Amino acid sequence: MLKQAIENLGNRTVQGVWRIGFAARFFLATLLHSGTAFRRFGLTIREMYFSGVLSLIIILVSGLFVGMVLGLQGYETLQTYGSEEALGILVALSLVRELGPVVAALLFASRAGSAITAEIGLMKATEQLSAMEMMAVDPIARVVAPRFWAGVVSMPFLAALFSAMGIFGGYLVGVQLIGVDEGSFWSQMQSAVDFEQDILNGVIKSVVFGVAITTIALFEGYDAPPTAEGVSGATTRTVVTSSLAVLALDFVLTAFMFRGIN
Amino acid sequence: MNRTVLDLWVGLFVIAGIAALLFLALKVGSMSAVNSSDSYEVVARFDNIGGLKPRAPVKSAGVVVGRVADIRFDNETYEAAVTLRLDKRYAFPKDTTAAIMTSGLLGEQYIGLEAGGDSVKLKDKDRILITQDAVVLENLIGQFLYGKAQEGAPQ
Repeated sequence: MLKQAIENLGNRTVQGVWRIGFAARFFLATLLHSGTAFRRFGLTIREMYFSGVLSLIIILVSGLFVGMVLGLQGYETLQTYGSEEALGILVALSLVRELGPVVAALLFASRAGSAITAEIGLMKATEQLSAMEMMAVDPIARVVAPRFWAGVVSMPFLAALFSAMGIFGGYLVGVQLIGVDEGSFWSQMQSAVDFEQDILNGVIKSVVFGVAITTIALFEGYDAPPTAEGVSGATTRTVVTSSLAVLALDFVLTAFMFRGIN
Repeated sequence: MNRTVLDLWVGLFVIAGIAALLFLALKVGSMSAVNSSDSYEVVARFDNIGGLKPRAPVKSAGVVVGRVADIRFDNETYEAAVTLRLDKRYAFPKDTTAAIMTSGLLGEQYIGLEAGGDSVKLKDKDRILITQDAVVLENLIGQFLYGKAQEGAPQ
């Protein structure tokens, strides 16, 4: 009984380590076979359409609403201290530093990451990947690498659009609806937001998230058991794992980036 | 889907993304107005800088003329050496005074410059000689209490 439990634990650990190793080798292989993604750039553009352009609606709409909620809640709290003018700082800094990259990445993981996993998982289940190999076409170079680079390139744009839309939402609620002074809203924001410290770090964050999400999504799809159940399980794992990875990476990156500020 | 339509959409997406980044950089972040190219640095020494931080504004007559570039501790004189990066457009006389002030009661601290009457202007790497330290609230309260105690003491 006890022996069985220990055996189970050992087996799971070995499986886990094996999977991490496989994922690392998969990631390396993707990087090494990226040549095609750039030589035949049309492939990457096609994937950018599916993971970037089609995610635009959800990113823009949620950015707008997140910004509007920040405007309302921030005003409620700041009003207690009589510093409503700092609303611009609050909205801009929280969006540019944290919410923009993180929420955009979470949405990207559930919108585009799950689609990538399902697509590749199904390609595997219907033996399209094996067929490619039979025709001496490398599936990593032809299928995986373009999707990887498309995700990595799309992610910072999506995060920037999310932040910009959120700041616009905060402006709508704060200035147009509640009536915070427009001049101090923008000027306080401009004096508090630093290009390198805040905006550039946000962009770096979103690039890292893009790498993490697409790698996890591609690996889960590539590794999925070739059954209907296997593909559905892999899709679920993609969303769960990449969301957790985004949040954990965000903590690590924030700890490195914003340690020295004030 | 048609190849050109696809290219068009992705192109629009990239343009929108770059526009958003530019919006963040210019409208939200105001790519710092004072660059290192059109600025000069002067050093001011203080016994106590209070809560002054790097990137705090340097103001003269209430107008921002530069930023605090660097704050370090001088282990020989036991003073704080504050490097101010001032905009080249503004030149100050050599006998300008620098004081550490607080905006509002609880606001951030900044450096206020008050121009003197010297005809020679401050140059790069010059030193501001006359400085006024930050007001430390604890010292102020201590002095006040000490004064009160003196008043109440029997003659």
